[in-house]
Amino acid sequence: MAQSKVSWMIGGAQGTGVDSAANIFSRAAASSGLNVFGKREYYSNIKGEHSYFSVTLSNSVIRSHMDEVHLLATFDSETIIRHAWEVESGGGIIFDPKQTSEKITSIPTLEKNVVSGILERLKGEGLGNSVMDVLEVAKKNGVKLYPLPYVDLLKQVGEKIGETQLSILSRMTNVMAVAASFALFKLPEEHLFKAIEQVFKAKAKVAKMNIEAAKIAAEYAVRNFSNNGISFHIEPRPAKEQRLLINGTSAVALGKIVAGCRFQTYYPITPASDESVYLEDHEVFESREVEVLAENPHQAESMELNGKGSIVVVQTEDEIAAITMATGAALAGARAATATSGPGFSLMTEGLGWAGMNEVPVVITLYQRGGPSTGLPTRHEQGDMLFVLHAGHGEFPRIVIASGDIEEAFYDAIAAFNYAERYQTPVIHLLDKALANSTMTVRKFVYNDLVIDRGKLYFEWPSANGPYKRFEFTDDGISPRTVLGAAGGIFWNTGDEHDEFGHISEEPVNRCRMMEKRMRKLETADAEIPDREKVIIHGDVDAPYIIVSWGSTKGAILDAIEYHAQHGLRFAFAQVKLLSPFPTKLLQELLPRYERIICVEQNYSGQFAQLLAMRTCIKPHNLILKYNGRPFSFSEARDTLKRAIEKNEARIVTNAGA
Amino acid sequence: MAVKLTLANYRTNVHNDWCPGCGDFGILSAIQMALADMQLDPSNIAIFSGIGCSGKTPHYINTYGIHTLHGRVLPYALGAKLANPSLIVLAVGGDGDGLGIGAGHFVNAGRRNVDITYIVHDNGVYGLTKGQASPTLKRGLRPKSLPRPNINEAINPIAIAIAAGYTFVARAYAYDNKHLKEIIRKAISHKGSAFIDVLQPCPTYNDITTKEWYAGEDRIDPETRKPIPRVYKLEDTGYDGEVQSPDPAEAEKKIAVALAKSFEWGDRIPIGVFYRNPYVPSYEERIASRIPNYLTIPPARQPIHDAEKHPTADIEQIMEEFLVTEA
Repeated sequence: MAQSKVSWMIGGAQGTGVDSAANIFSRAAASSGLNVFGKREYYSNIKGEHSYFSVTLSNSVIRSHMDEVHLLATFDSETIIRHAWEVESGGGIIFDPKQTSEKITSIPTLEKNVVSGILERLKGEGLGNSVMDVLEVAKKNGVKLYPLPYVDLLKQVGEKIGETQLSILSRMTNVMAVAASFALFKLPEEHLFKAIEQVFKAKAKVAKMNIEAAKIAAEYAVRNFSNNGISFHIEPRPAKEQRLLINGTSAVALGKIVAGCRFQTYYPITPASDESVYLEDHEVFESREVEVLAENPHQAESMELNGKGSIVVVQTEDEIAAITMATGAALAGARAATATSGPGFSLMTEGLGWAGMNEVPVVITLYQRGGPSTGLPTRHEQGDMLFVLHAGHGEFPRIVIASGDIEEAFYDAIAAFNYAERYQTPVIHLLDKALANSTMTVRKFVYNDLVIDRGKLYFEWPSANGPYKRFEFTDDGISPRTVLGAAGGIFWNTGDEHDEFGHISEEPVNRCRMMEKRMRKLETADAEIPDREKVIIHGDVDAPYIIVSWGSTKGAILDAIEYHAQHGLRFAFAQVKLLSPFPTKLLQELLPRYERIICVEQNYSGQFAQLLAMRTCIKPHNLILKYNGRPFSFSEARDTLKRAIEKNEARIVTNAGA
Repeated sequence: MAVKLTLANYRTNVHNDWCPGCGDFGILSAIQMALADMQLDPSNIAIFSGIGCSGKTPHYINTYGIHTLHGRVLPYALGAKLANPSLIVLAVGGDGDGLGIGAGHFVNAGRRNVDITYIVHDNGVYGLTKGQASPTLKRGLRPKSLPRPNINEAINPIAIAIAAGYTFVARAYAYDNKHLKEIIRKAISHKGSAFIDVLQPCPTYNDITTKEWYAGEDRIDPETRKPIPRVYKLEDTGYDGEVQSPDPAEAEKKIAVALAKSFEWGDRIPIGVFYRNPYVPSYEERIASRIPNYLTIPPARQPIHDAEKHPTADIEQIMEEFLVTEA
């Protein structure tokens, strides 16, 4: 019987090709017409620790991973020991028969508590302490075992391609695991070969070798496993639209290029650096020839653009330099940004305050990860929201937006710069590790009709306008903004309170007017920003219950409420995208219509629930929280939402994921 | 330029609240004189500053003036310059600002060699917070507001600047503002990161390295009956810190000589250009070698939208990497 979605997992030591295997598998599945969601888990380590990739395939929309594994592909013992338990009855495990005698206790990268937990479990089943014993448990639970003799098969590959060195051949182990998986799922293998070619585009010889390896592994799997196949299959359907298979950091990077971000700074940090490295790798890009208008202040530059645009990416000495350098570039008139994670953002707070005080449009892309301190450097959390909203001493306006998925992240990256320049204030684009490192099929980005709104920006200040005042008092709080180097537009900035020209002033009347002017920009933003950019309402609006959440929980929630809708449990879902200025009115009107308000987020203290109470006086009935460093799965969103409704617990903590 | 710019064009009418006799006045007027001498367009100049008394400098100069955070003046200045390399960018700050809280930025800016001029007001104390010891105060000294003699060694800004990679390294004295002006002019004309350590008395809190001390009033020449000044000019001694060829061996030699010279202090204090190397490519040139049209359309000058405000960037080609190809 064909399912609507199936899940596959591959694991191995870091540095042994887990990521590229997942990439090939995902690409191949996507090109067969399926939609893909891939979740990547890895340690803060370069080589040797366990990493794994979970890929969920669907022939309709898919937005999250699931805990249940249908096929587990392994080539080391640790992956079996850690993940065999997650495989569903009717599913299967591909493994190396040479490793099954290995003792669980002999694997140094397994944490002590994990080992003792597993030993206890095996003892309870009356089994020993080897990898085979773990596989025995799986077998008892209805999981099928597929021994793949990697070394023998690699030797066959070697004979075919004329390569005897096992160290070279063994680099194709991962592809063999993928090929056997593809065969077990009965997915068309031509897509697999094409994906291999695409991934090894720059190395034709490597591509050829890997295709040979894939063919031999697939043949072996068909020959030996097909009369005892897995019970999970999916029917590829031709996709209706052009799609991308992309992760969050690349999506944001592309958004920044489209937005006109031409200056990006960063200090290396997981998981944010990938975005900046991608940008540097694509520092020169195509640019449309534009019709040059006589009054365009950049007429000369437009003529010289020659179809090429560029972005300067600077790796700074620390995150303080990252935000201040980006701010300097913004003062000069470039759309400028920095990308970081929690620990880096902590260092940026003084620069954030200065940009707020001096009304500089700078964008900070923040990929949250497990905190506090260095916390869980490679793991996921939504723990920085309240910090981001309040970071910095004193009071200044900031705009904070949170993306719910990878597709949104692209468009939000563009909105971030528009808000920054229109309201002349720092904008924080809030993302997280789950969005950064997940891979997903999304609709191809469409951007030619988007609008670049630079606000009250002047590249020169006509003397007819009178003396230029950078912080001129205005009704909407927004003053005309010139850039460094603009003729007639000289201004001063200072972190001190200042007058309209930007000179230091400690005088109390001016202080009040200036404070009110700055803060008024938030009211202006609140009045101008359309509702759809503040809160997206999903699901069944007439349902009795409403889920309120923000950020990357979106995917799991949507997949879960879709599941529940088919089983008679109806939910509405308010995804809050704009966290500052907070959509108070909108939520005050919306939420009380529902019998039950359920807040879902990935932190310990229910930060969004606190914010909601503070801004709207509305307290959610149920909190569903998770803070074990692993993103919400479809499975646990499904189960905890049901539990919230049935048992009405005030606080539900969930902790799936290895 | 049709109209000749005078000093008045570089002045603002902002009330100056520095203490009477402060060395900052000498530095301020030297900057203004250098800009006027060079006839630089005020609206094409951006002067950045850190925090402290020296941080107020930009408010007194009629150019773009950005008074930033404590210790962070350099990254702000570098960001502006890299976004628009046609700007003339100056950075000013105190010794505590640049060599204490901002030391990391000071060192790392040297590695880049962005075409800016960085002037450090070096008076050995944190004036605005009432005279605590700064990183350039010698160990054992006790200016009047220190409860105990300074427990830390002083750092050598000239040596650090040279070691960090600044390609123009000079020292000047705030009360010789004609000499300082000339140094500033040379620094602005230099293509690369120029560092000027400006010795200045703090008349309120530093009662040790005072104007009188620099002038040598405590040591009278028995013959001339005149004080023997401590400060002397390198150029008067035939010292030449200029690298004359792109040969790295020559730069190494000049660096060694300059480093040795930088440790001279006490009875004789050299001012002038310690080291200059015009052969190190600036950061802007390094970018331009990767982004060919960087200097003509740098980040701040790129048209990012068309007349209808639609984005001009075309990412079709780079999206191909992610495109799912159907069979």
